[in-house]
Amino acid sequence: MSRLAKLAIAAAVLGMAAGAQAQTTPDTIRVGVLADMSSLYADLGGPGSVEAAKMAVEDFGGSVLGKKVEVVSADHQNKPDVGSSIARQWFDQQNVQMITDLTTSSVALAVQEVAREKNKIIMITGAASSDLTGKNCAPTAIHYEYDTTALANGTGAEVVKAGGKTWFFITADYAFGHALQNDTASVVEANGGKVLGSVNVPLNSADFSSYLLQAQASKAQIIGLANAGGDTINSIKQAAEFGIVEGGQKLAALLLFISDVHSLGLKTAQGLNLTESFYWDQDDQTRAWSKKFFDRTKKEPTMAQAGVYSATMHWLEAVKAANSIDGPTVIKQLKSKPINDFDIRNGHIQDDGSLVHDMFLYEVKKPSESKGEWDLYKLVATIPGAQAFKRPHGNECPAVKG
Amino acid sequence: MSAVSLEPGKTAPVAVWMWTAGLIALAAAAPFFLYPVFLMKALCMALFACAFNLLLGYVGLLSFGHAAFFGTASYITAYTAKVWGLPPELAILVGVAVAAALGFVFGYLAIRRQGIYFAMVTLAFAQMVFFFCLQAKFTGGEDGIQAVPRGYLFGIIDLNHPLVMYYFVLAVFLFGFGVIVRAIYSPFGQVLKAIRENEPRAISLGYRTEQYKLLAFILSAALAGLAGSTKALVFQFASLTDVDWTMSGEVVLMTLVGGIGTILGPVVGAFLLTTMENYLAQAGSWVTTIEGGIFVLCVLTFREGIVGVIAPYVMGRRARPEPPAEEVQVEEHEVEKLRQAAGEGD
Amino acid sequence: MFEWLHIAVPPAPLFFAQLLVGLINGAFYAMLSLGLAVIFGLLNIINFTHGAQYMLGAFCAWFLLNWAGIGYWPSLVIAPIIVGITGIGIERLLLRRIARLDHLYGLLLTFGLALIIEGIFRQQYGSSGLPYTIPPELQGARNLGFMFLPNYRAWVVVASLGVCLATWFVIERTRLGAYLRAATENPILVRAFGIDVPRMVTLTYGGGVALAALAGVMAAPIYQVSPLMGSNIIIVVFAVVVIGGMGSIFGAILSGFGLGLIEGLTKVFYPEASSTVIFVIMALVLLVKPAGLFGRTA
Repeated sequence: MSRLAKLAIAAAVLGMAAGAQAQTTPDTIRVGVLADMSSLYADLGGPGSVEAAKMAVEDFGGSVLGKKVEVVSADHQNKPDVGSSIARQWFDQQNVQMITDLTTSSVALAVQEVAREKNKIIMITGAASSDLTGKNCAPTAIHYEYDTTALANGTGAEVVKAGGKTWFFITADYAFGHALQNDTASVVEANGGKVLGSVNVPLNSADFSSYLLQAQASKAQIIGLANAGGDTINSIKQAAEFGIVEGGQKLAALLLFISDVHSLGLKTAQGLNLTESFYWDQDDQTRAWSKKFFDRTKKEPTMAQAGVYSATMHWLEAVKAANSIDGPTVIKQLKSKPINDFDIRNGHIQDDGSLVHDMFLYEVKKPSESKGEWDLYKLVATIPGAQAFKRPHGNECPAVKG
Repeated sequence: MSAVSLEPGKTAPVAVWMWTAGLIALAAAAPFFLYPVFLMKALCMALFACAFNLLLGYVGLLSFGHAAFFGTASYITAYTAKVWGLPPELAILVGVAVAAALGFVFGYLAIRRQGIYFAMVTLAFAQMVFFFCLQAKFTGGEDGIQAVPRGYLFGIIDLNHPLVMYYFVLAVFLFGFGVIVRAIYSPFGQVLKAIRENEPRAISLGYRTEQYKLLAFILSAALAGLAGSTKALVFQFASLTDVDWTMSGEVVLMTLVGGIGTILGPVVGAFLLTTMENYLAQAGSWVTTIEGGIFVLCVLTFREGIVGVIAPYVMGRRARPEPPAEEVQVEEHEVEKLRQAAGEGD
Repeated sequence: MFEWLHIAVPPAPLFFAQLLVGLINGAFYAMLSLGLAVIFGLLNIINFTHGAQYMLGAFCAWFLLNWAGIGYWPSLVIAPIIVGITGIGIERLLLRRIARLDHLYGLLLTFGLALIIEGIFRQQYGSSGLPYTIPPELQGARNLGFMFLPNYRAWVVVASLGVCLATWFVIERTRLGAYLRAATENPILVRAFGIDVPRMVTLTYGGGVALAALAGVMAAPIYQVSPLMGSNIIIVVFAVVVIGGMGSIFGAILSGFGLGLIEGLTKVFYPEASSTVIFVIMALVLLVKPAGLFGRTA
């Protein structure tokens, strides 16, 4: 290649680098959807959450306080450093005033630090770790949809009471898995059960064989899956391969979304207990909204995605009511009223940032009981908020500590 | 693998000093026009790439595992700053020390091999470090170490202010860069060049080449550690991405694109790549594909890198870079010889 | 706390079960390091693209199943051929151009190619796995007493052993293999004998790539078809090849299976170290025998 051509390329590349900074339009308010768009959690939040946020902005009218509202989105790839960099840049440079979804607890925790530093609002609908409103709580963060405490008090308590006294955990080795394991272990022990052991599994593992073998060797009655999304799907499928259930042990999928059940199929998933805060087919309200979502995405919404719509809508309403986009002011407005819509029932935001509301215990239907592709759950019980979000060991958040 | 733009062992030409002064002035003014966090990231990566280039361009050893030093120092600094409460300068020093120690151990084992074997061995060692960081309690595994305090430099300078932090990072970069320049333009650098060009001859002259190579390796590791430590304080975060082998791959790419064996090449490459990643952050996995494409393109057609191509035009004929030895264009070589014979002093 | 239990008294069933699972992993290490060793030993190319080609094999099987309705058994043959042909393309168009250069450029080029391939697939298919069902003939498990051994995984061990031994036989014991080995040592002389060396080089590269793709097809039902599957495994495979000795076919096979077993063993006593143990062994081997266990000194 001629020297001249190479020189031209070099100059062109350097010139490109010069035009590197993005412009911001101060007259637009942005809502950021920071989610896992491409990996094991993409189905439970991901692009669906972006659609949900757009729906909320459209239904609200597209503008607030005289400024246009826009939805931006990015893939945090389940990496806390990527997530916090994007959040920082969004807050600093792109006039993003609220970030939502935030699936993956380690990313949510990292972004929470940035939000704390900059006093901006985040509304977490995808991540689960109770530490978000526990020892890491922040004044401008709202843990919106569900958390590991609720899952433990729901599925965990139910399974123990049904006779599953001895447990072995297969845990996703990061903030979420540890939180879920700890919270569930507390509930198990509080109900007279015993934890025989656990094993940590790297996030997004493909092969669970050696971990399942350890679980088998422990002879625990219940194998608690403290993981989610693709990890849970793989664990359940491979457990079937290795004859776990034939050997007499039962699986407890501590976090299961409707997208996971749909992926597994009723044949594999039937009979599993799970705790969620939203199901598309629960009542007329949920069905009405879910139809709009289905028309846009061709899939029924998960609780995380429904949560994004609900959170965005309520945030916009609070901004309007408080006549300000300032983080602490809007938070005060949000905390001042109960939250009740198709997604959240009897909800109220606590001082630690957690939105306490009703949770629901479901059981996956048998193939014979299902009348449609997404007709997957039957309701077993409604758990009132106060009971669902009750922490057996108290809360370390400074805002609520005695 | 040899391409040198300026002769080690001799004092740098005036043009280089002028350019360096100009660039420093630019860097000092930059945070008022560009996003400081972006600039700081680019500076850290630039230092990392320069440290890597010391090993590749001047000693001829391709290390594919440099992220081990970068990331380990990052974790150590993050941990000591957050949990032990060390002030930033001490936290960085500890990080660099650990990186240097790691460099000594890995270097000692890896130097025994050459060329591709060396690359593969360093890669495997880095992977070992990765898994260690994944499992060790203090690193926080997938969560990483978050909320690392920047603290007060020397107890008085508040690093939480973005502008202050930027100048600190710039100072660290210039220090590291200065160390590299000093190492190259010294008798030590001359021996390294001799080793790279013809090791058996260097041995026959009585030089303990293994020791020189090891020393260069440790220096490179320590400076990579310096970059990692600083980065931990900039982002207040240490995570597995810093020790991942793709990070090692990125620094190779930066150096390749910028110009292997040139002084400023890695800096240019680092800035370029950081900019590109920033720009394309919304484009998801296309970044990986584009990086791969640049790699392939550079290896096939653009081996001198940007600085390698531009240098002769910018710095005067005196400092024409040699193209990588294997692809010497015969005519140009003849022309060069004639020119140099025709009279340039030096 | 549970670890102490393991170290003190490993339950025998768990012991054998983990060893067996380790052997299965070892089967993949062996097949992949075999392809790498063939390519390096005969062509002196470090094929960093090997992991991506393994992934391409798995994806090819997935495409064949979901787009053309072609099942597992034909895919075992078709996918390696398709991916092998892309390998030939790579060698012809790209690798040949830099053959005269320092070998490190080959490493960088193939590294870049791996990034390109992985990036494209990750963009299209995300980074969690796509499901590929186990072929019906191999579904189910056998109750061995100490564990349930899924039939498919048993098949993987047997098949890969067969493939490895067949490859070793071809290279070390047949005339074609002799030509290949001679061509590496002295291509000009072999060419003088009228043997088309460049074509052999191309076909050998294609063959090594096809081996990787075959491993990919076999991995699809177990490890889920994911764009990341190549990058996850490539470095372990490099370590295996370094341990076995860079040019040694037999070394690659033995080390692959052996290291899989050792990994399984580590999972019994000290699970957290299981991913690092291979690299620790590599460090030890380098200290004692830098050319690898069966390698010829460079």
